[in-house]
Amino acid sequence: MSETQSTYNYKVVRQFAVMTVIWGIVGMLVGVIIAAQLVWPELNLGFLHFGRLRPLHTNAVIFAFGGCALFATSYYVVQRTCHTRIFSDGLAAFTFWGWQLVILLAAITLPLGYTQGKEYAELEWPIDILITLVWVSYAIVFFGTIIKRKVSHIYVANWFFGGFILAVAVLHLVNSAAIPVSFTKSYSAYAGVQDAMIQWWYGHNAVGFFLTAGFLGMMYYFVPKQAGRPVYSYRLSVVHFWALIFTYMWAGPHHLHYTALPDWTQSVGMIFSLILLAPSWGGMINGIMTMSGAWNKLRDDPILKFLITSLSFYGMSTFEGPMMAIKTVNALSHYTDWTVGHVHSGALGWVAMVSIGSIYYLLPRLFGKPEMHSVKLITVHFWVATIGVVLYIASMWIAGVMQGLMWRAVNADGTLTYSFVEAVKGSYPFWAIRFLGGLLFLSGMLIMAFNMFKTIAGGKSVNAPVLVPAGHHA
Amino acid sequence: MSDFVNGFWNWYVILIVLVSVIACAVFLWSQSIHRPSEGAVATTGHVWDETLEEYNNPLPKWWSWLFYITVVFSLVYAVLYPTLGNFQGVLGWSSAGQHKAEVDKVDAQVKPLFDKYLKMDLKAVAADKEGVEMGKRLYLTYCMQCHGSDARGAKGFPNLTDSDWLWGGEPAQIVETIANGRNGMMPAYGGNPEAIGGEAGAKEVANYVRSMSGLPSDSLLAGKGKAKFEAVCSACHGADGKGMTALGAPNLIDKTWLYGSSEAVIVQTIVNGRNNKMPAWQEFLGEGKVHLLSAYVLSLTTGAAAK
Repeated sequence: MSETQSTYNYKVVRQFAVMTVIWGIVGMLVGVIIAAQLVWPELNLGFLHFGRLRPLHTNAVIFAFGGCALFATSYYVVQRTCHTRIFSDGLAAFTFWGWQLVILLAAITLPLGYTQGKEYAELEWPIDILITLVWVSYAIVFFGTIIKRKVSHIYVANWFFGGFILAVAVLHLVNSAAIPVSFTKSYSAYAGVQDAMIQWWYGHNAVGFFLTAGFLGMMYYFVPKQAGRPVYSYRLSVVHFWALIFTYMWAGPHHLHYTALPDWTQSVGMIFSLILLAPSWGGMINGIMTMSGAWNKLRDDPILKFLITSLSFYGMSTFEGPMMAIKTVNALSHYTDWTVGHVHSGALGWVAMVSIGSIYYLLPRLFGKPEMHSVKLITVHFWVATIGVVLYIASMWIAGVMQGLMWRAVNADGTLTYSFVEAVKGSYPFWAIRFLGGLLFLSGMLIMAFNMFKTIAGGKSVNAPVLVPAGHHA
Repeated sequence: MSDFVNGFWNWYVILIVLVSVIACAVFLWSQSIHRPSEGAVATTGHVWDETLEEYNNPLPKWWSWLFYITVVFSLVYAVLYPTLGNFQGVLGWSSAGQHKAEVDKVDAQVKPLFDKYLKMDLKAVAADKEGVEMGKRLYLTYCMQCHGSDARGAKGFPNLTDSDWLWGGEPAQIVETIANGRNGMMPAYGGNPEAIGGEAGAKEVANYVRSMSGLPSDSLLAGKGKAKFEAVCSACHGADGKGMTALGAPNLIDKTWLYGSSEAVIVQTIVNGRNNKMPAWQEFLGEGKVHLLSAYVLSLTTGAAAK
């Protein structure tokens, strides 16, 4: 056995973990900029206006920040819970550099206006092909590691990571199918309402698999580890895993309520969105109940604070989601800032917070330190981020409901009570609060970056030795 | 109209939806029947990464009930509302039907009001405070996107408050503009590039056009442009440049510019021509709303709303 085979590959984990923080700052900075552009429209300078920067923001936070967090944690978790070094160091390195190239190309092409016009899948076809290559490599590395595992059972976190990797591959291939007309331009393979349905089948499952299943995998490792407690229920994890991945696939049509999509398709999307409530909550219950017997740890462990708060936001937004999928509720909420608030309660409250907690767990272990440079700063980060999320969500709820009510208000003569621009005007104060909330969340990331670089500066890269599986498990 | 090319897909949808919904409940039930033995809950016995273990707690009952309730709700919903392929649901609801019912209800409610104004002469409506207010509300819904909430227009979109009319400001002309729309078309080089003499000639004509409304211009170029203007442009704009309402040809000497008055913009207008379109609203809005909108537009220059 050579030296490299007796340690875990932490190099790729380190690379992705550090880039998670960097891309988090970039993506959230663009988010703060476009939030400011809504409050101060004169900030829409030249081609760097809201329309070009908004897809840059969504791509950067979902795929750059969220993606790097998923790569980092899944590579760490799959190695440690399979008790084996990662399958193919070379392919793993390719996924890192390939993914960074995708992000770089996105950062160049999106502001220049190259887009397929599909939400969360804007990147043009050559970049789509690069994504496919990286993703297939990711799947080979991940499942290759699973195959060469030294334990008989596959840990629950890996089910979720595996489900996420497979589903995203299918989603990406189907949704991005397009006919190129030049190197920088292509047309969707689908037309009309079918195209819209494919887009939202993809869009909702990007939420369901990229932003939910993947991060549940993260949760299933880092919550029990940090709490030092066993997972609450194996049975619950089985039921909610299969129910979640099965049900999510149906929920897309709720994005197209009251459109040209046939009524029956909308209804199918709605009922499966409702059925999705319990499977979603299964993950929250399993995470939070894991804390029972260890609640006192929450008092002075800021990493646990991040993890448990993220589960609370997860539970909240997965309750809100099915409610918003009900047609009559959707009639009010659709196209308003309520949707934006809902997305960010998931994106900031759940995805970002669980990632931040997990990265704080990882960094000292990857750089040979007992803990982060400053645990106190993690606590500061936690409170700044939490206040930021609450301001963001609350302002968007109020703005969204207000917009919905203003748009539907009708005078006695049948005319609309408010013109569109009046609802825009009424939203200004809430957009200002949202800007403030976003700014706070971004400040938290800057604190994290400072803490991270201080931790790295005082430490050195380590690769932990591969552990022998415990007792009868081998 | 059916959403399916043939009956197979209808039954495919019905079956796959029903089986999938019911499968959720069956799966949940199959996982609920293993009740643990009495006493302390044990772990599954597996250990990963030194410390990772799992308790084998049963599914929380309240959670299972929540799951069952959503499944039952879904099945009931599928019977009541259109969910299963071509089956319309026993309530007979459809989103198009709901929309139509709501529109019909409001239309019936407001019909007397619109009828009252339809019987009135447009000038009388334009002088009627309530009529103008109603017209303004309609304007702010349907027209402000192009003409602006203050009706002062924007580049390419006429100002409605300046008493300068491309297609005429008489009541009948305003109604015609809104009801049936207008197509403003200026051909490139007035349709005769040779006579204008290419871009160089366009520059001469542009200077002449500017001189007509007293804007600074190169008198040498303007002099050359005059003959070309009279030969080509005057057909629509008139030798005096006052335009022609019947064609929507703008008056060029009234100091109102739809696209801009700089030499460069005028050259651009001549070289590339202009195409502009006011959509027709009669079919979408109906006579009553067009009448009130016309009255509001009229009032902007003549009536209660005029400054």
